[in-house]
Amino acid sequence: MHERRTFGFYVLATFFALFVLFLYGPLSAIIILSFQGPNGGLTFPLNGVSLHWFGNLFETQAVGDFGGSFRRSLALAFMVMAITVVASLMAGLAFRRRFVGATPLFYLAVASLVVPSIIISLGIGVLFQQLGFRPAWYSSALGAHLTWTLPFGVLIMFAVFNRFSPSYEEAARDLGASSWQTFAHVVLPMIAPSLVGVALFGFTLSYDEFARTLMAAGTYNTLPLELYAMTTNVTTPVLYALGTITTLFSFIVIAAALGFIVYVNRRRARA
Amino acid sequence: MAVMIEDTTAAAPAASRGRSARLPRMAPYLQALPLTLILGLFLLLPIIMIAVVSFWDYDFAMMYPDFMTLNYEETLGSWVTWKTYLNTLKYAVLVWAITLFTGFWVAYFLAFYVRTTGMQMVLFLVCTVPFLTSNIIRMISWIPVLGRNGLVNSMLIEGGFISAPIEWLLYSDFAVVLAMVHLYTLFIVVPIFNTLMRIDRSLIEAARDAGASDWQILWNVIIPLAKPGMAIGTIFVVTLVMADFSTVQVMSGGQSASVALMMKNQMSLMQYPAAAANAVVLLAVVLLMVAGILRVVDIRKEL
Repeated sequence: MHERRTFGFYVLATFFALFVLFLYGPLSAIIILSFQGPNGGLTFPLNGVSLHWFGNLFETQAVGDFGGSFRRSLALAFMVMAITVVASLMAGLAFRRRFVGATPLFYLAVASLVVPSIIISLGIGVLFQQLGFRPAWYSSALGAHLTWTLPFGVLIMFAVFNRFSPSYEEAARDLGASSWQTFAHVVLPMIAPSLVGVALFGFTLSYDEFARTLMAAGTYNTLPLELYAMTTNVTTPVLYALGTITTLFSFIVIAAALGFIVYVNRRRARA
Repeated sequence: MAVMIEDTTAAAPAASRGRSARLPRMAPYLQALPLTLILGLFLLLPIIMIAVVSFWDYDFAMMYPDFMTLNYEETLGSWVTWKTYLNTLKYAVLVWAITLFTGFWVAYFLAFYVRTTGMQMVLFLVCTVPFLTSNIIRMISWIPVLGRNGLVNSMLIEGGFISAPIEWLLYSDFAVVLAMVHLYTLFIVVPIFNTLMRIDRSLIEAARDAGASDWQILWNVIIPLAKPGMAIGTIFVVTLVMADFSTVQVMSGGQSASVALMMKNQMSLMQYPAAAANAVVLLAVVLLMVAGILRVVDIRKEL
């Protein structure tokens, strides 16, 4: 639309660049400071460069149970991811047809995004307490995370199927495919990149979630809860070291998912 | 023989169609079942539970089933509650205004000024990636930047602009709003970008052919068409700010309060019925705000 690069373009491009700097600048400060020397503090300047604080992470007395909470968060994120993908896909298929209660169910999914996270946390905590169940990261926290990841998954699937032409399925059926074959060999491959997107959302939103986990995690903390506790009582760069590691991990997961999507699309373009 | 074979082959699909005709009618219900169960158990039931518990009695250790309105009287009758709501609303309005302004221009640049689709996707992802990393880390990353000996202060002192560090950069309302803008702007960028991308480009060409200037196109064509996206983003940002307790706690250094933080403190003192009464009021306020936004802009066609 804009053939010539106008004055407006440069103003907006500068604004955009500042926005990106605003997004990533503070994060890079933390990453640099995590290599602080052994005598360094929480702020600049760097007092030497070392891996001291990364080593410190693995001594249990320095921080809480970092290894354990990481393993729990990882397992929880994988569970949330799997359930989010399957339940969103199924719900997306359901919403393609009319059924009684479709509208209330859709509004319930949207409401799940709007209801303040701490209310869900409190509600699940009290519910488990009254039912006599022990809250745990793999039960109550799992449910709490799903109330955050599922609506995103459902909305993505909703958008995907809104643009999905039923003629592919009709063609498959005309060629004699059963409804399962049509789904497995026609629909599923076509929406696979979107499903990877849903999986990425499910995984990362769960891996970083803490407001909903607060009352629902039970005895053992997840990694974000551990981090949240550390913000109030840890005064050494070990906090930044942990931040750097988890952020790096998130970046790797995001890159892997995006790489997979690009790979699938490339292969499809060649075929 | 031939006729018989034809008959059976013709009959077989008919029979299976008969079986699968019942299945499709049932299928949407089975497919919607997991979502319904999960949201029923972990969203609807907990909220009902909160509503029930908000009428219960409690002491330092236990809750007692009851039907009393004391929790609400205490919540709504307290001056602290009203002050906290006012403070939370102040954050919501400030953060909303800043994120809407920033978010619109970022989305506008992405949608109309980036020439290739590939570049558009890359820049969009650059904006999206931080959203998929930890909120806590992104929040505390402001501490070395804004602190007393932080980057901003030391640069200003070295540059000779100020002689003593600015104290209000960190642990202040400024820090809270800045961190919230940092955390939540993306929630407004994505929906606006989405609506901008769907605007029919021929509308803009028509406006240009009719002699409209860039500003007139922006003001009379693009912004009106972007309103649903702005509304969805507004709902996200407002509800996220209204629910926030961690940013307020960490970035204000405990000097400021929000409704959710008040709830969290009650929860850590085991005053669940009091927290529940607070939760019901907060939920009502948030839902009213969402309903208000939906009255102004109809977002249903966006979905």
